[in-house]
Amino acid sequence: MGTAAIELREAGVTVRTPGGDPVTILRPTSLVLAERRVAVIGANGSGKSTFARLLNGLVLPTSGQVLVDGLDTARDGAAVRARVAFAFTDPDAQLVMPTVAEDVALSLRRLRLPRAERGRRVREVLARFGLDHLADVSVHALSGGQKQLLALAGVLATEPEVLVCDEPTTLLDLRNTRAVAALLAGLGQRVVLVTHDLDLALEAERVLVVDGGAVVHDGPAADAVAFYRDLMGAAPEARP
Amino acid sequence: MSTPDLLGVYRPGRSWLHRTPAGAKLLGLLGLGVALALVPGRVTWVAGCAALVLVLGVALSARLPLRPVARALRGILLLGVAVAAYQWWRTGWELALGVLATLVALVLAGLVVTMTTPLDAVVDVVVRASRPLARVGLRPEWVGLAVALTLRGIPSLLAIAVETRDAARARGLERNPRAVLVPTVLRTVARARQTGEALAARGLAD
Repeated sequence: MGTAAIELREAGVTVRTPGGDPVTILRPTSLVLAERRVAVIGANGSGKSTFARLLNGLVLPTSGQVLVDGLDTARDGAAVRARVAFAFTDPDAQLVMPTVAEDVALSLRRLRLPRAERGRRVREVLARFGLDHLADVSVHALSGGQKQLLALAGVLATEPEVLVCDEPTTLLDLRNTRAVAALLAGLGQRVVLVTHDLDLALEAERVLVVDGGAVVHDGPAADAVAFYRDLMGAAPEARP
Repeated sequence: MSTPDLLGVYRPGRSWLHRTPAGAKLLGLLGLGVALALVPGRVTWVAGCAALVLVLGVALSARLPLRPVARALRGILLLGVAVAAYQWWRTGWELALGVLATLVALVLAGLVVTMTTPLDAVVDVVVRASRPLARVGLRPEWVGLAVALTLRGIPSLLAIAVETRDAARARGLERNPRAVLVPTVLRTVARARQTGEALAARGLAD
């Protein structure tokens, strides 16, 4: 598990305003993501969420290519999404079914398993994520942390090779942030984590800093986080 | 904030109704609806009351908890009473009682089905029933997903409306319909887009 490498070849995203003017969201970028843990950090509006969405074909590049195991996200979207799962910041947007077990079962429908086998897999996944006691609880009744764990369980139920998370801890308190961080740390999959949490970023093997629609720094976690702090004008010694 | 639970959420159990296949329950619901629609006007009240007693009996025999059922029925009861009052004024008590009893019986029957059947099983039935549509290019899995999203979408829409009303109230704008309606519509569209994106991310739109 976790072998799929992601390659960006001059991949960029430009959109047009209603007036027809082009706006560059992400400048052409070339890199290969093959590490087990990659973090992407950057200010709000810097283009890091667009970068993350490129990786499983939720956003297609307007120039260049994004390849996952050689599969082009523009041509082979379904095969790419079977390999690369995506978790959003707000789990409420991701939880579609009324109860916890039914939401995980929804993810498994794609595998076209018989109902009994689907039920067995649902129980297995919920137990793995510590959610088995909540199987028949309404998703509305869950805490923020439980919802995020369920959202992750839902996307990981199909055993993808890569998990891309767009700020999965932004809406969580410290305890739930730690629970999600521990879960991500223990996964067998490659993880690409977009985050504002620099402690989480420091645990990655490689960190990309995105600013103004471009990857402006790419390297080991400590260097990248120091670069980002300088960039934001908030060196640790200058902070209260 | 409590979310209005109009459609009921599945409650696991071991009653005879829980064990009945989802397809049979959906067919029963359809049959009840068709039968009540075909009843002649003058005996609507008899058929409506008989259906209500029958469905209540089924709900009790399935040991459904009464409080959530009553909570879910509250909204439709208010609507039913308003419609019945109008019918009483226009045509008499027989039709008024018939309309009220029929409406409550059908909504209660729907609740009994959703509360004793996992949505996953309902989707399976819809997918099976939609297989002939594949010949005209409609994917049965998408039809099943559309039904699931519709059932899930109604309580979500109500939750957004309640949140937006509270936000307007917090700003002292509870008497301004635009302060409730415009954000409700915009947030509903935004939520629909987010849900679409989440389904695409999970590969369910492929």
